Amino acid sequence: MLTNHKYIAFETIVIKEIRRFARIWVQTLVPPAITIGLYFVIFGNLVGRRIGEMGGFQYMEFIVPGLIMMSVIQNSYSNVVSSFFSHKFQRSVEELLVSPVPNYIILSGFIAGGMARGLAVGTIVTLMSLFFADLEIQNLFITVSVVLLTSIVFALAGFINALFANSFDDISIIPTFVLTPLIYLGGVFYSVELLPPFWKLVSALNPIFYMVNTFRYGILGSSDVDIVWAFFILIVFIVVLFSSCIMLLRKGTGLRS
Amino acid sequence: MTIAISIQNLVKTYANGFEALKGISLEVEQGDFFALLGPNGAGKSTTIGVISTLVNKTSGSVEVFGKNVDTHSYETKLDFGVVPQEVNFSQFEKVRDIVMTQAGYYGLPRKLAAERCEKYLRKLGLWDKRDERSRSLSGGMKRRLMIARALVHEPRLLILDEPTAGVDIELRRSMWEFLTEINENGTTIILTTHYLEEAEQLCRNIAIIDEGRIVENTSMRKLLKELDSQVYILETNSQVPAGFSLKQDNMVLNIVDENIIEVTVSGGQSVNSVFAEFSEADIKIDSMRNKTNRLEQLFMSKLEGNG
Repeated sequence: MLTNHKYIAFETIVIKEIRRFARIWVQTLVPPAITIGLYFVIFGNLVGRRIGEMGGFQYMEFIVPGLIMMSVIQNSYSNVVSSFFSHKFQRSVEELLVSPVPNYIILSGFIAGGMARGLAVGTIVTLMSLFFADLEIQNLFITVSVVLLTSIVFALAGFINALFANSFDDISIIPTFVLTPLIYLGGVFYSVELLPPFWKLVSALNPIFYMVNTFRYGILGSSDVDIVWAFFILIVFIVVLFSSCIMLLRKGTGLRS
Repeated sequence: MTIAISIQNLVKTYANGFEALKGISLEVEQGDFFALLGPNGAGKSTTIGVISTLVNKTSGSVEVFGKNVDTHSYETKLDFGVVPQEVNFSQFEKVRDIVMTQAGYYGLPRKLAAERCEKYLRKLGLWDKRDERSRSLSGGMKRRLMIARALVHEPRLLILDEPTAGVDIELRRSMWEFLTEINENGTTIILTTHYLEEAEQLCRNIAIIDEGRIVENTSMRKLLKELDSQVYILETNSQVPAGFSLKQDNMVLNIVDENIIEVTVSGGQSVNSVFAEFSEADIKIDSMRNKTNRLEQLFMSKLEGNG
């Protein structure tokens, strides 16, 4: 396929994806904003006042980066898993499979769609957080790059979930039983310094812990993790997940009989 | 003559062990209007699935205009368009967006895509519905939308899987006219159908598939010549006298009721002699029709032969 044709195909998938989540904005953009807004009010404002400082910052300041990252992770994942599974369910994925679009363009298009929603919700949450805390970004490069890379990781994970899913139950199992616990135990609401040694070690095995803390470093300038190590982990995840997706697409897993 | 599609020893065994295709071979020439006939579960849709890469084959090869679909995926996919049996577009999207998106998958620049979209939606009578969500379309409109979508990149080969199933007679006729027109303009067409009349009306060549094997692959003309007898139903304007019979030995007469007669005429015999005998007996014939679909008769005999 010619480069120009590939770009048009990629753009088509991305526009279709953005159009989809924008069309159903009441389901895709509003609920995460309300949920995170409640976190700001209840945990940050009401409970946070009693907690005082966490990791050397006001509790509200401490949880803002984690909550932004949580919204990016959840929405990047859920956009891809629900959209791609919906394509499978309605069989409209066949439109793509019979066309000459290469697998990596299909995958990149859906990742970009997932990132667009993750970043859109992340932006809404960031704007909301300005009503509760004064944010001064300490390192713009780290802040932006960790959000983008994290969004790619979870868009890829959502794609794999969608490939293997056979029912709508299958696309809610991973977010409910895997993703949510990992996010809540990933240092969104607390500093790892509060944990006993064993749970510190367990946290070190949670990839989301590195993503949240690196993002927090970008905004607050303080982190529980080594930033270089965190970026290394993110890149390894992207390479492994992207390769797995391409291999599964080539085999036709969940798509071709 | 260029071969539009060449299938060699195609085998497909599904994961549950079901052998859908048992080594079929088939060639369709460029410009042909080709019918793939067979009962439910014969392997028609699997064959189309393998050609369109939606089904992974077990063994064998498929070439489209001389290029292997496995090794030349991009070129072969540009050359064909597929209209599936079941609706396979998003029910929440607008008609125009569905066609425009498909054009985008083929790398068509937006201006050209918009022109093609309008051209085919107009041809298929859907232009007025362009801004409606696809779920609001009738069954026939959804089928026409799938045809427009398959044609937007103007493929040389169009593959249709049961395109007129569940479509009313008027719409079916208009789709036949449209398909005939695009075939006359050079597009090779392969269709599977349950409507044998459809294959007889439209197609020049035909293959009959049963239990994953090709049991007949010939021209429609040759196939119909194989018929050795036909049954006509005659309606008379006066009562047929009891004991009335035909003089010719190889014609069988059956009086259904006082005004309805069935006449079985052997191959090569003229129907004129039937009229002559009724005229001699002073019986006027008001109407005459073929009792069975001729192709259906042949189709059943081929399947019985295979069984």
